[in-house]
Amino acid sequence: MALLEASRVVAGYGGTEILHGVSVTVDNGEIVTVIGPNGCGKSTLMKAIVGLVKVRTGSVTFRDEDISSQPPERIVRRGLCYVPQSANVFPSLSIRENLEMGAFIRDDDYEGRIAEMFELFPDLAVRPNRKAGSLSGGQRQMLAVARALMLDPVLLLLDEPSAGLSPTMMSMVLERIVDINATGVAFLLVEQNAREALRMSHRGYVLSAGENRLNDAGQALLDNPEVARLYLGG
Amino acid sequence: MEIIGIVNYLVGFAIMAAIYAVFALGLNVHWGFTGLFNIGIAGFFALGAYTSALMTTRPPDPALFEDFKFGGNWSETQFLDLGIDLWFFLGLAAAAVVCGLIALMIGYVTLRLRDDYLAVATLGIAETVRLFFLNEKWAANGSKGLYRIPAFLEGSVSPEHYDYLYLVVVLVVLAILFLAVERAVKSPWGRVLRAIREDEVAAEASGKNVFRFKLQAFIFGAVIMGVGGALFAHNIRFLSPLTFDPLLATFVIWAMLMVGGSGNNRGAILGAFVVWGIWTGTQFLPGIFSDPNFRFFMIGVLIVAVILLRPGGILGEERRITRAADS
Amino acid sequence: MFALRNTARRMIPEWTPGRITLAIVVVTLVAGLLPFVKMSLIVNGVFLGAIIALGAIGLTLIYGVLNFANIAHGDYMTMGAYVALFLLTGLFPTFGIEGEGLGPLTFGYPLLIALPLAAAVVAAGAILLDVAIYRRLRRRGVNAVVLAMASLGVAIALRGLVQVIWSGETQHYPREFRQVFRLPLDVRIPPDSIFIAIVAVVLVVGVYLVLTRTKMGKAMRATADNPNLALVSGIDTQRVIRWNWAIGAGLAATAGVLLAVFQAQLLPIMGWKFLIPLFAAVILGGIGNPYGALVGAFVIGVTSEVSTQWINPSYKPAVAFAIMIVMLLMRPRGIFGDSG
Ligand SMILES: Nc1ncnc2c1ncn2[C@@H]1O[C@H](COP(=O)(O)OP(=O)(O)OP(=O)(O)O)[C@@H](O)[C@H]1O
Ligand SMILES: [Mg+2]
Repeated sequence: MALLEASRVVAGYGGTEILHGVSVTVDNGEIVTVIGPNGCGKSTLMKAIVGLVKVRTGSVTFRDEDISSQPPERIVRRGLCYVPQSANVFPSLSIRENLEMGAFIRDDDYEGRIAEMFELFPDLAVRPNRKAGSLSGGQRQMLAVARALMLDPVLLLLDEPSAGLSPTMMSMVLERIVDINATGVAFLLVEQNAREALRMSHRGYVLSAGENRLNDAGQALLDNPEVARLYLGG
Repeated sequence: MEIIGIVNYLVGFAIMAAIYAVFALGLNVHWGFTGLFNIGIAGFFALGAYTSALMTTRPPDPALFEDFKFGGNWSETQFLDLGIDLWFFLGLAAAAVVCGLIALMIGYVTLRLRDDYLAVATLGIAETVRLFFLNEKWAANGSKGLYRIPAFLEGSVSPEHYDYLYLVVVLVVLAILFLAVERAVKSPWGRVLRAIREDEVAAEASGKNVFRFKLQAFIFGAVIMGVGGALFAHNIRFLSPLTFDPLLATFVIWAMLMVGGSGNNRGAILGAFVVWGIWTGTQFLPGIFSDPNFRFFMIGVLIVAVILLRPGGILGEERRITRAADS
Repeated sequence: MFALRNTARRMIPEWTPGRITLAIVVVTLVAGLLPFVKMSLIVNGVFLGAIIALGAIGLTLIYGVLNFANIAHGDYMTMGAYVALFLLTGLFPTFGIEGEGLGPLTFGYPLLIALPLAAAVVAAGAILLDVAIYRRLRRRGVNAVVLAMASLGVAIALRGLVQVIWSGETQHYPREFRQVFRLPLDVRIPPDSIFIAIVAVVLVVGVYLVLTRTKMGKAMRATADNPNLALVSGIDTQRVIRWNWAIGAGLAATAGVLLAVFQAQLLPIMGWKFLIPLFAAVILGGIGNPYGALVGAFVIGVTSEVSTQWINPSYKPAVAFAIMIVMLLMRPRGIFGDSG
């Protein structure tokens, strides 16, 4: 059984349906990337999986349990953490406080985990009392990932972690993802920089207008001429 | 009670309920159609009432009121010698204009900002207006109040039948305002208002100047409230700052709109009659039910209960019905 | 408070011409008027500001986390004052807890017991009201204005309840006449005011410590910042909301008791009338910013008190309102917020 299995998920906002039955699976230790044109429902899929958007029909199974009607804080406890596309840090809290909030449900001592995060992202350790709102885009993105890692998740959902970053920052963030993946954390990514993301992914999905379009190994998608023409900019 | 006494009571009741219905209509323009949260209706109520009263009331005898200087015998001056009955209309118009101007000022400052700033600002205006008429004795005799406010067409019928006449006047004004509001909210302008209420961001994104529309709606509603205040002044014929306490000049009107159905003009009018009926009717009940404090408490409970249990009020919003009919 | 470092840093490099002019105008105005202002008014304004601060900090916290204007906040104050009245005149005497005129103070030691009890009762009541009303509405996903509307209903019901139970008449706590402290410059300080100031300082420092040092306090700030991110971080937002009400309403109730001591009387309308200075302070300080609310409270307290030197004292609420409007015109996001 896959680690995460979203099958035929239908979801949307108010009167509009955005996802018309999308299926995605992630296995233990995998990096899976979802690509697709703007507004096709990638973020909505992520929100549906973590419980921020209601799953109308279909199911989401995580570690053999149906989580499709659970509130976010229950899902988090099972080891599925999420970094939203925007507004993914608490701006008026310091770096350190952001990490503490990531560990909110931990009752044990998490100082060691904070130290690990500072090791993984040395930029954050320079001034840990700095307000997150004053960080640069790249630092913010790192803090957001670090916050989500505080709970030692089994699966991490990242919505466009490299959006708005300079090329060097972007490859730096993506490298970190590979590093973290090497420790056994599985990833479900949404990426605009599809080429770089697919290159490091085990598998990928192409969504279009709220429906599955393609589903293949990362490299195979890169080599697919249709994908190249439509989503990788030729 | 004799039958004639009951009829007279009912006529008096209907006049007040109809005046309240005017306010409920105004509030419906604010809240029901546009989502503007005005908790200072009392301010517009008082401004409308005092404006019309001051324009039509005879100047006081200086011997009796040393510090009360203001007041217009404008109906009898050379300035515009129309007689009191035409000045009644000028009074209504002036009340509407004054309330509209105040709404323009308040709205201009707050309507670009978060929704709830307007609530605080209307609260502030209500208190400021009350303090003004309380402290500035020269303007309207302070806490002693303004009396002998003339009635419309006073001499034309015998005093004991006058209420019938005024009921007709109030109902005609109410009908005109009802038709005006109905027309407005069913026009493209009204559709934009509802779009703003439902989703301001989307309305803005589709190129609508949300601020402009909100400001227009706020002024429109305030103008209606001004007319309501003027009708009230010429009915009660005595005004003091105490008349405009938040309970009877703001809270009750909210209860009326919520009960009748916000977003529905018939609901607003129905709510005014129902709630005013409950309010005045309960005073004849025995025990705690006739305790004004208990009724005060119940008005609050009523508002919360409607929001929780029946957000659409008695009639619900009309739009849904029409939409269902369309599809 | 916790925003202090942040805002201070943000303010220094951003001395735009507009801000400099504003600062110069304010400073000259204050400096120019100072010699003509009675010192006693300023002192009185500071004490009034302390009471406003307690109410405004609670109001701004609720604003921040729940994102709606709690119109019933003033009536939570009223409730606090009357619950204390019940304890002092109804419950305590049956247990022999009585007395007034503790040292230089007009009231007795029972008030020291009644104050925290009243705060606890109102805090518990606020949590119950949240469960019964606001939580249901939140689950329904209603607009923030509907929540504010519901709180208007709560405000009316609470005031009605106070009038049913305690009547609309003026009341006061058991008190004994006391001499005021006379200081130079014709400043007279009632000893009660010193007590008010001490309570306010202790509570403000306490709130500051809770918000910056405890996990729950940080979670409250996090939820105010970004409720959805708080949810997916695993923060128990329901618990955050309960604590938020407890602190906000508890502070309000305390402010109510202190106001009743300060004015030496209780009236059912006392809290509703206090709404304007409360909101003025919150808006002045920027919504959701407790530090701003603290500063705003003193600005409102002192200005409205000082204004009585030239303006009829009964216009005090109108002065608070006028300051708020001027503020909204110039800096809609508060003293510390970005302009525009
Ligand atoms: N909160 C919301 N309320 C209503 N509609 C929304 C909301 N969020 C997104 N949408 C709409 O849902 C659709 C899909 O949005 P979504 O954010 O899932 O797209 P996306 O694939 O992540 O796009 P992008 O590449 O821009 O991030 C869009 O049409 C968007 O306008
Ligand atoms: Mg997206």
